[in-house]
This record gives sequence, structure tokens and C-alpha cells, in this order.
Amino acid sequence: MRWKWQQLEEKIVQLFMLLSFALILFCLLLILYTIVAKGLPSLSWAMISQTPKGGFYLGKEGGILNAIIGSLYLALGGTLIALLFAFPLALLLNIYLSQSLWADLVRLSLDILWGIPSIVYGAFGFTVMIFLGWRASLLGGILTLALLEFPIMARAMDEVIRRLPPDLPRAAYALGSTNLETAFFVVTRQILPGLATAALLAFGRGIGDAASVLFTAGYTDRIPNSLFSPAASLPLAVFFQLGTPFPEVQQRAYSAALILTIIVLGISLSSRWLAHYLDRFSIH
Amino acid sequence: MSEIIPHLETQNLNAYYGSTQALEDVSIVIPRNQITMIIGPSGCGKTTLLKCLNRFIELEENARIEGKVLLDGENIYSPSVDVTEVRKKSGLLAQRPYPLPMSIFDNVAYGIRIHRLHSRGQLHQAVQHYLQVAGLWEEVKDRLHAPASQLSIGQQQRLCLARGLAVEPEIILGDEPTSALDPISAQHIEKRLIELKQRYTIVLVSHILRQARRLADYVIFMYMGRVVEAGPAHQVFNNPQHERTRAYLSGEF
Repeated sequence: MRWKWQQLEEKIVQLFMLLSFALILFCLLLILYTIVAKGLPSLSWAMISQTPKGGFYLGKEGGILNAIIGSLYLALGGTLIALLFAFPLALLLNIYLSQSLWADLVRLSLDILWGIPSIVYGAFGFTVMIFLGWRASLLGGILTLALLEFPIMARAMDEVIRRLPPDLPRAAYALGSTNLETAFFVVTRQILPGLATAALLAFGRGIGDAASVLFTAGYTDRIPNSLFSPAASLPLAVFFQLGTPFPEVQQRAYSAALILTIIVLGISLSSRWLAHYLDRFSIH
Repeated sequence: MSEIIPHLETQNLNAYYGSTQALEDVSIVIPRNQITMIIGPSGCGKTTLLKCLNRFIELEENARIEGKVLLDGENIYSPSVDVTEVRKKSGLLAQRPYPLPMSIFDNVAYGIRIHRLHSRGQLHQAVQHYLQVAGLWEEVKDRLHAPASQLSIGQQQRLCLARGLAVEPEIILGDEPTSALDPISAQHIEKRLIELKQRYTIVLVSHILRQARRLADYVIFMYMGRVVEAGPAHQVFNNPQHERTRAYLSGEF
């Protein structure tokens, strides 16, 4: 009897796994289908090569080059700055502070930061900018995004380093390496694929976030020409265009979403390839 | 047997993990240019003793030691001694080889680069030299820039030997360096070690008595954290002074 029941258990659990997989796949395909079906008709060369002309938001000529460039600037800038702090922090947590109470405290703070809604980051960035007397600008947006991406990246990298086999740093110490040499020449080499994935995860979160750049980077029809000029972004382009009463403009919102999806997908795939390439040298 | 010239020496060495004592009052000498083998049942403190010789014990959590370890008469635990210098003086062969996550060439070049031992022009020559000494050159000369992880485990252990020798140590430490290898690869390593004792002092931990009989010039027998008997191999193996050594050698525990 016990045997029968175990088989049944197995079947039920498998069914649940299959169902959840199907549900996720269904959602993904539905989203992709909606974006492609509604966005593709109005996706044109003009959309990705021109900035909005007069009357664009009423359905007239122009494109969203301003938002594409703005989003890339914002997300790349934010990711680079977050990387500058997240990577050393992750190394510090694991190589210098390992097992100490401080490390746990820092991890807890990062987890809390991770959970804070992005609109709060936006409001925080905005408050700081007002205090400094800044206007909405590319730099403000980049710094706020960096703030948003930092805990995600640091925590993801922390997990990557934590899974490092302890024999690897020992092999380096045995050769008379200092902590710094071990960290940068050996540990980094081993975890490069994981670091690339962590950076991408944060980049994806950054480029898709609307709330944090709403107040801080603003929105403009022009391509930003300095760190202090405001910058448009794709999520906000979707948001504003969907909010208009004109069907043509709403359709353009979908094609903006399609462009955003393609960018994220492209970066995701190329980073997968990169991680795979780098992984050749890692020790498993 | 001529007078022993000590290269390494421990004086009243005690080691603790938390509140358990792993080494108790260990005072030994390790003769220069010989193969010293530390033998004893598992858990007797052989590996701990080895870890004390290159300050690896400091990487263990809650580990604490008392006493002295003298390398050429200088205490390696004295505060003025740089730990990286201590470790550079001894090449380590671990139980399982652990190549660095880089190419075969870079594995050997790593130590040379961080200690700036050779100029860039001489680097290739130096790498070739150490790969030859470790007996690996012929097998890898056509794929020096392939990942080290592609080598077999026996080749990896010889790569680790080459990598360790490249930092120009005086001592080679081995923690059961052949235990994870197949018999042929193990033989390779043993052959290299016998050649290398001309130039290096070698200290090996082993639980294989036959291997100890093959390789050892000097033997340290440990039991429950204490050194029971130490002396030239022929003396310990053929005429042990202590009942416990006799029992261990005859396979009673």
C-alpha cells in the first residue's frame, strides 16, 4: 500500500511542477505576444532613429530615440556606479569580514534595501537633489538608479562569492599571495561568469524601472547632451504614451515596450554567451 | 647516520581548535634535504602539524597555537615575520589538486608574476623549466593556454607541484598528495619527490605505510596529538622504541 501512495505522491508533485512551469511559460508568451502584436505594426525605422517631432504625442511624426538613448545612458551609468561599490563590498564581506557579525549586519541591510519600492528611491533621490539645488538631470537619474541597483548587485555577487570553494583561495595563499592578490587575480577570475550575471540582473532592473527616474531624470524630447540635462527613458515613454487618448500613440507605447524588451533580451543573451565563454577557465 | 641538520624545528607546539587540543607539546626537527613523513592514525594531528609549518593553521576558524616553529632558526610566528614570505618559502601539495582558474601557463606563471621573480622575457623559459621539473612539460607543451581544469587529476597534481616550485621555495609540504590519484599518477609524483629532495626539504603527511617505507628518510609517528616517536626511517621502521609505534607498524590499529 505504501508503495502505491508514494507513486501517487510523486505524480501529484510532478503535476504541480508542470502546472507552475506551464503558468510561467503562458504568462511570458502572453506578454511577448501582446507586445509584439500591438507594437510591431508601428515599429518603424523612424521610431528608433528620430526624436519626437512637434505633434508626436498626438500621433504625428517622430520616434523615441530620445528615450532609447536616455535609457541606455541611465542604466549603463547606474550599473557602472553600482558595480564600483557592489563588487568591493561583496569581496569585503567574504574575504575580510567572513563569518563576522558585521557581515551579517551588512547582508541584512542589503536585503532591506532590495525590498524598498523604487518610488521610494525616486523620492529619496529627488529630496537630495532639491537639497543640493539640482534640477532633474541625467546625473540625478544615474545616481538614483545606482542606488536602486546597488543592493541587488551586491547581494547577487555576495552569493556568487559565497559559493566559492574554500580550497581555491587557499591554493593562492599557499603560493604566498596577499589577500588583495587572492581577491583580484584568483577569486575574481573564478567568479567572473557569476559577476557578469549579477551585473546584468541589476542592469535589467535598472533599465526597466520607471518610478525611480520619474522625478530624478525627468523627461525630454531631446537627447541628453550633458550629465546635467534631463533624460528621457523607455519605461516613461511607455507610461506617457499609454496615457494618451489616441490609439496611434498607444500603439507606439507598445512598440517602445517592444524595443525595451529587445534591448534587455539582447543584453541577456550576450551576457549568457559571455558567461559561458568565461566559464571555461573556472574550476568546478 | 650523520648528525641531523635541522631545516624546520618546532618547540613545545600546542594547537587548539576552540577548546579541543589537536597538538600537545610537539617538539620535532625536520632534517634538511630529506623526505620527512608524518604518519599516524587519522585524527592524530598530522595534518594540523603540517598546517602549522606554513601558517595555514591561521586560516582555520577558532584555531590557536602556542609554541614556536623555527625555519632556519627564525620563529615564523613572530610578529615581525610576513606571512606571505613564510608561505612563499614552502610549496604546498594538497590532498586534492586545486588548479587556479586560469590557463596551464598562467598557473605556473602566477607565483612568478606576483613575486616578480623573473622578467617578462624570461617568463616563458621559467614556466617551461618548472613544468619540466614536475614532469608535465611533454604532455602540455602544445596546449599551454588551455584551461588547467581540462587536465586529468594526476596532471593537475603535477601542475600544482610546478606552480609551487615556481615561487622558489625551500620546502615542499604535502598533505597526502597522492591519495586522490590513480596508482600511475601517484608513482609519477613519488618519483618527482625523490628527485626533488636533492634541492628541497620535503615534509609529507601519509596514512599509507607502504608509501612511507618507500619514500621516508625520516619518520615522525604521532598518536592523539602527541609525537610518540621520531627518527631516521630505518630506525623507526626496523627497530621502533615504543610499544605503540610497534603496534601501529604491525597494523594493530
